[in-house]
Amino acid sequence: MYKRNNKPPDDNAAPKATKESPKNSGGLSRRKFLSASLLAGCAALGVAKQAGAGNEFKGWPKSYGMLTDFTACVGCRGCEEACNKANGMPQPEKSFDDESVFKEDRWPSAAALTVVNRFEDPKDPSRPVYRKIQCNHCLEPACASACPIHAYTKTPEGAVIYDADLCFGCRYCVIACPFNIPGYDYASAFEPKIVKCIMCYGKIKKGELPACADACPAGAITFGKREDLLKLARQKIMDNPEKYIDHIYGEREVGGTSWLYISGVPFEQLGFPTDLPKKPLVELTEGYLSSVPVIFTTFPAIFGLVYGAMKHRDKAEQKEKDHDHHTEGKQ
Amino acid sequence: MNSDMEYASRSRTSAGFAAWFMNKLFMGMSVSDYSRSLVTPFNLLAAAILATSLPIFITRYSKGLASVLDATNEYPWGLLLSWGIFAGEPLFAAGFVVAAGYYLFGMKTYRPLVRLAVLGGMLGYAFAASYLLIDLGRPWRIYYPMLINFGPASVLFIVAWHVGLYVTVQLMEFSPAILEWLGSKRLHKWAVSVTVGLIIGGVILSTVHQSALGAMYLITPGKLHPLWYSSYLPLLFFSSAIYAAMSFAILLAYAAERYFRDRCDKVFLSSVPDVTLSLGKGAAVALYVYFALKVLALAQDDRWSLLFTPFGYWYLVELIGFVALPTVLFTVGVKTAKVGLMRLAALWAVLGIVLNRVNVNLIAFNWKQPEHFERIIPSSGEVIMIAAMVTLHILVFRWILNRFPVMRELPEYKGLH
Repeated sequence: MYKRNNKPPDDNAAPKATKESPKNSGGLSRRKFLSASLLAGCAALGVAKQAGAGNEFKGWPKSYGMLTDFTACVGCRGCEEACNKANGMPQPEKSFDDESVFKEDRWPSAAALTVVNRFEDPKDPSRPVYRKIQCNHCLEPACASACPIHAYTKTPEGAVIYDADLCFGCRYCVIACPFNIPGYDYASAFEPKIVKCIMCYGKIKKGELPACADACPAGAITFGKREDLLKLARQKIMDNPEKYIDHIYGEREVGGTSWLYISGVPFEQLGFPTDLPKKPLVELTEGYLSSVPVIFTTFPAIFGLVYGAMKHRDKAEQKEKDHDHHTEGKQ
Repeated sequence: MNSDMEYASRSRTSAGFAAWFMNKLFMGMSVSDYSRSLVTPFNLLAAAILATSLPIFITRYSKGLASVLDATNEYPWGLLLSWGIFAGEPLFAAGFVVAAGYYLFGMKTYRPLVRLAVLGGMLGYAFAASYLLIDLGRPWRIYYPMLINFGPASVLFIVAWHVGLYVTVQLMEFSPAILEWLGSKRLHKWAVSVTVGLIIGGVILSTVHQSALGAMYLITPGKLHPLWYSSYLPLLFFSSAIYAAMSFAILLAYAAERYFRDRCDKVFLSSVPDVTLSLGKGAAVALYVYFALKVLALAQDDRWSLLFTPFGYWYLVELIGFVALPTVLFTVGVKTAKVGLMRLAALWAVLGIVLNRVNVNLIAFNWKQPEHFERIIPSSGEVIMIAAMVTLHILVFRWILNRFPVMRELPEYKGLH
């Protein structure tokens, strides 16, 4: 029942997959699951539960990421246009140089994988702040662990991809995503599917840049190894402490995301959730999941015992009654 | 109905079978008598609701979800699922709670109610699955988590498997009634012999999936309002399902007694008051436990200060008005042994469950989004589809109660289960 279809990550591209298995690239690996059940069993018996502590998944090593610098973004929407073309999406109603879209509070959807919104900088109202947003490609994605069909994969390259041929459209991934990112093309009757940024996975595998990073004329989007991007972001903040707030969004949020952001205004003002746990969200359900096999193991015995006890009492009472009858008869 | 065996033996010839089957179907009436008996005010209303919903269902399946729902990235699930699955399933735990009471805990007085409760549960689950078939983007792939690919790290995977297995178990639990209707004694004997195993299986599957419905929201700490988000969610959903089930069983018994009196035997009718009081007592205890867990959840996460915010007031409406109040009603009902009060308490408790599930799913979910309250209002299509499903649910329930031996024991099967 818990057998998992182990899809080996296709790793002929740069980052080499190590033997460390991802705790969650959509599903628990079989070994991890067995050890989790065993662990739950031990916990139920009151045994110390440190046995599995060494299995912590720290993300794919050497995976790629993106760094968006909101102080550099000029709001040209070149990234939106490039994304639209690269993914073969239909042309939007308003063209990409139509600035009227900035009046709306837009969000990625089935029609656009990334959008740029304009915000007012409270410190300097003359200079607006632009926010580009798309899937953040979490290191341990909640969407992937939520999918009951394991249609999502966190690739060793860093991109979170999904298989539309498996999706049955429950949208639990949309519920689970802390950033409200996965879109669903509700308008399609026969082939609706999840639609979200996949970090141009095909291009990355070929050694090319993701379309938005390639198109950005302002150098606001940088593609690279996530660990290098973190260093770059820290350097930028250190060199310009008055320009940036001291926060790399995505470094630690929900266990870290492959897409990182730096900004001159607090992320809260740009609509980023700032009350998220620092640990991967999947960890919040692990305890529950590991209790399920315990229920299966112990309940038959507990309720079998209750049933047996009831039967036993009935029998004893019956015997007593028969005995009473017997002695009464003798008298 | 006493001529069942006669018909069964005659069923060897095909003409005999057809006559036997039609007799079963039309409850012994001629076709024209049967058709005439269908013209009632309730049926006309039901027909009107179903007729209104038909074009909406056709649009949903020919033009996609967007044509009837207002679903978005922020609110992928609407009232359809809150009502159809999250609010419905705790009520449909009635089958497992009453059956476990009778078969496992030796509560012998529940016996006349067991079949009705099991049927109520089974049918409820079938309808919950139907709501899912409306809401899934590609409903024809509903078996995918069972056969095509597995996501065992997903709580929804747990729900899917357990609901699927539990519907099967419930069908087997109810099968003696179907076999009696068909007059098959040998299969009936076999079906009765595996009952206790099935009941224990049902307890396991229900425990897991009721709690799993709550556990589904463990992954949404940033989205579900902190007053409703708690690491206790699985426990809260499970414990509330217990009293929801007992309350629903009380209401089922009431409905059977009131609207299907001629389908109930004397044993059933005379047992209703006692069973109602007994279930009410159980519901009172379960409600005390649930209330305590709700308060503990607040204390555990130190959410007290949030009670003095608009969402906090709404939380208090739920906690005081729809958890504490039915607890008091049930308690007074136990003290005064008033069946009517128990029924009122049961109705109140059921409303409380619906409110809680709608709160978690809709009202307190993604509460920080701009224009949150405008955006969670269901579309008219959604409301009409729900009304149609409720109507259909009642009609199917009535169809079964009119035919199958649910609230009565057939003389030739007395003492066999």
